[in-house]
Amino acid sequence: MLLLKRLWAMLAALLLPVLCIALLLTGAPASAKEAPSVALNPEIEARMMGLAAELRCLVCQNQSIADSHSGLAEDLRQQIREMLAKGMTEDQINLYMTDRYGDFVLYRPPFKASTWLLWVGPGVLMVGALAALVLVLRRRQRLGADAFDPDTPEEELPR
Amino acid sequence: MIPELGNLLLLLALAVALVQGVFPLVGAHRGRADWMALARPTAYLQFVLVAMSFVLLTVSFVRHDFSVLYVASNSNSALPLLYRIAAVWGGHEGSLLLWVLMLCGWTVAVARFSRSLPNVFVARILAVLGLLSVGFLLFTLTTSNPFDRLIPAAADGRDLNPLLQDPGMVIHPPMLYMGYVGFSVAYAFAIAALIGGNLDATWARWTRPWTAAAWIFLTFGIGLGSWWAYNELGWGGWWFWDPVENASFMPWLVGTALIHSLAVTEKRGGFKVWTVLLAIMAFSLSLLGTFLVRSGVLSSVHSFATDPRRGLFILAFLVIVIGASLLLYAWRAPSVGLGQRFGLLSKESMLLVNNMLLVTACGGVLLGTLYPLFLDAMGGGKISVGPPYFDTVFVLMMAPLLLLMGVGPLMRWKQDEAGNLARRLRWALVFAIVAALLSGWLMGRIAPATTGGLFLAWWIVAAIGVDLVERLRPKPGMGGSIIGRARLLPLAMIGMMVAHLGVAVFAFGVAMVKTYETERDVKMGPDASTEIAGFDFRMLSIRDVQGPNYAATQAQIEVSKGGQVIALLAPEKRIYRIQNNPMTEAAVDSNPLRDLYISMGEQLPTGEWIVRVQHKPFIAMVWSGCLVMMLGGFLAASDRRYRVRQTRSAVMPAGSVAGGVR
Amino acid sequence: MKRFLLPLGLFLVLAAFLAVGLRLDPREVPSPLVGKPAPAFQAAALARPEVMLKRDDLLGRVWLLNVWASWCGACRDEHPVLVAFSRRSKVPIYGLNYKDKREDGLGWLQQFGNPYTDSMFDPDGRIGIDYGVYGVPETFVIDRAGVIRFKHIGPITPEVLRDKLEPLLKKLEA
Repeated sequence: MLLLKRLWAMLAALLLPVLCIALLLTGAPASAKEAPSVALNPEIEARMMGLAAELRCLVCQNQSIADSHSGLAEDLRQQIREMLAKGMTEDQINLYMTDRYGDFVLYRPPFKASTWLLWVGPGVLMVGALAALVLVLRRRQRLGADAFDPDTPEEELPR
Repeated sequence: MIPELGNLLLLLALAVALVQGVFPLVGAHRGRADWMALARPTAYLQFVLVAMSFVLLTVSFVRHDFSVLYVASNSNSALPLLYRIAAVWGGHEGSLLLWVLMLCGWTVAVARFSRSLPNVFVARILAVLGLLSVGFLLFTLTTSNPFDRLIPAAADGRDLNPLLQDPGMVIHPPMLYMGYVGFSVAYAFAIAALIGGNLDATWARWTRPWTAAAWIFLTFGIGLGSWWAYNELGWGGWWFWDPVENASFMPWLVGTALIHSLAVTEKRGGFKVWTVLLAIMAFSLSLLGTFLVRSGVLSSVHSFATDPRRGLFILAFLVIVIGASLLLYAWRAPSVGLGQRFGLLSKESMLLVNNMLLVTACGGVLLGTLYPLFLDAMGGGKISVGPPYFDTVFVLMMAPLLLLMGVGPLMRWKQDEAGNLARRLRWALVFAIVAALLSGWLMGRIAPATTGGLFLAWWIVAAIGVDLVERLRPKPGMGGSIIGRARLLPLAMIGMMVAHLGVAVFAFGVAMVKTYETERDVKMGPDASTEIAGFDFRMLSIRDVQGPNYAATQAQIEVSKGGQVIALLAPEKRIYRIQNNPMTEAAVDSNPLRDLYISMGEQLPTGEWIVRVQHKPFIAMVWSGCLVMMLGGFLAASDRRYRVRQTRSAVMPAGSVAGGVR
Repeated sequence: MKRFLLPLGLFLVLAAFLAVGLRLDPREVPSPLVGKPAPAFQAAALARPEVMLKRDDLLGRVWLLNVWASWCGACRDEHPVLVAFSRRSKVPIYGLNYKDKREDGLGWLQQFGNPYTDSMFDPDGRIGIDYGVYGVPETFVIDRAGVIRFKHIGPITPEVLRDKLEPLLKKLEA
């Protein structure tokens, strides 16, 4: 009996958020007179924006080429469109950019000798810190009771 | 006359700060009660002097006094009153004065609400805060004086940066500074305890509310900055991992670790060394942030105008303050006790892992932010480290932490066992997996990485649910209703659950919006329409409008769904007249489920405009997550035991207050 | 005791880097093209559209490439320096009229003087992109073999001319 109640409760808990989301997301797709997309080719446009989002605009320097309205950014976006249309790969396009502007233009720093510390560092730091933690805690297990404050009695421990 | 008076007040404040910084500190060392007694009055006096100076600067702005260089650079005769006031902190010099004002404000608060603390302790805390004040006032007066005159006076000002002419700008910096500066209190408490050698559970209990308050403000400031950037910058982004954003985020990460560490120190006497180090680190990161923004070492959208002299001064200040603190730490920390013993699998060890993960994440952000500088300094050329790096690295580091957030709160203190925990959490696991998959399915497609993120969000929610159910379960020997038992739950625990829920809400929003947002660039003239995600956008008209200090082209766009009109949005393309600055003013229709974001691009030779429409599902949860976190912090800080006066020797027996010490 | 000094140690290393950083300019982007052959171009001359200027025509000489535009304020600042330099030096300066209108460019030269042996017309900025141009004005020094030896971003001041350009040109001419 209790089990059944529990099952119902769990089911309700699972379905309630689902129901809410479902109710609120429904809506019939509408048909409308379409304004022409800026892009001549939507697929190339999408790929271009993906690439451009990872390239730094050198004029404003704190926006990506995808977001920037500057003249250079527009020119470069156009250049990328043409390169994609010609069939160049992502790597080739990035190489084109770095040949002219250096690594500075890449928001995703390349993985090379000068940047391995950047990419590997956080992971190493985390693993190293975790390892150090485990070692310290293990060592503490072996210390005598006088190294610590007196224990509060079990009943008084907060939960 | 007024600027000179303002300058004089700052000089007087410097003198008072010197007295406040030196006498109580020496007095505490020598046992001179009369010197220690100087602490509170000088704190109050300094605040009054700085506040008056700030008011005078505001008056100069309001009255269009363009003979003051700072006013001339940041204001204009056409600038509306609200923004003239906000312009006070719109530039480097004024924002620095705001920083000093905040520091004085927090100092006064500590002076006022520290009656139950021992005099020696209070004297040291206020002295440390006074010394910090000396540093900042010296910096202001020597390199960044907002009261410098412009001779001859400018005919009109250069106007406030149009990006800053927005209501969000009015509160974002003050809230952010309240957070930054607020951590100076925890810092001062830590230094005072290190000097005095009284690092214990009582010290932790005193420090906690101050730290929580600073953390709440910082959360608010960062969230507000993100929301403001989203609404104001016109391209729909809300976090760019810009160096200055990172500069505010790092103290937040360490501040969060500090709050958790203080909990352990208060309850179990443990982590004292960690806590003190975190308190020093949190404020050090605030100072580092100040350096990064104002020195010009990093290129940022937020940077103030730079001057190498300023950078050098702040760096010297940084080295003195942090260097001295870390020296003190290295000297005193070895003699600090370990607190009570705890096992490898316990709430304490989980909180230790929590600390470690947060600090490592902070380290990762620091590495990414400063790496271009490191490389350049070593002659390795210039690189950029942007969102692709941070998004990857940070998310990977946060994932274990979010997982831990489900486990940690349910673990017992001192010693727990894995089997018991797994049994309690198994349904939470199932729920989280199902909910994550369902969320993705309802959005139209299930993406693997997103499902991982959604799982973590729902996991936290489920674990909170389990925790609540367990606590509200009737216990032997304790009758009463569920409501009765709920009333007995300590506020601190409710605060914790709410704050963690806020994190889950935030994570959910981020996962949803980053995966399922869509956008479209279209050419629009009057009567053109487009569609995205089931919403129809029809341009009704385009016309020119005049603002107080700008000229704009405004589009009227009608948004409808299924034939029903939902909203009328009016995005603008503005040119601010004085600096000839173009600005995109986006129009947003917002509700908890999605944002519809419209911004105007360029005008085409045909007269049509390029318009970008974006659909951003659940983005409101990013900011409501921050608000919920703040609420949690507030609830936790309002727990009775921080407000009930206690003498040092009183011991609170467990179980006496509100149903259990928590 | 020693491990407690670790935070201080790490901080001091950080501070040292920050101190060095104060002397660097994060906004200046060095060109990856220095030391590499100048990218080939073929462009119409600004004054005579029927004449094509090619990079290869300039091999065997040391020359300066100056990127300019009539809409560029800083170009106006450096222009007198270039005009004076062109009068006293044998090194030819070729201009790259970047993203400009022909009439505007010619009118500008008429008004402020013409230090250029000739100017290439680059209305859509393609040649500029090949040269990694991101801000006007920019100046390149190209040697006899057609290799870019130096790039200066921003206006040419008398100091830059005296301290950087002229010594380099003297060395290359020898």
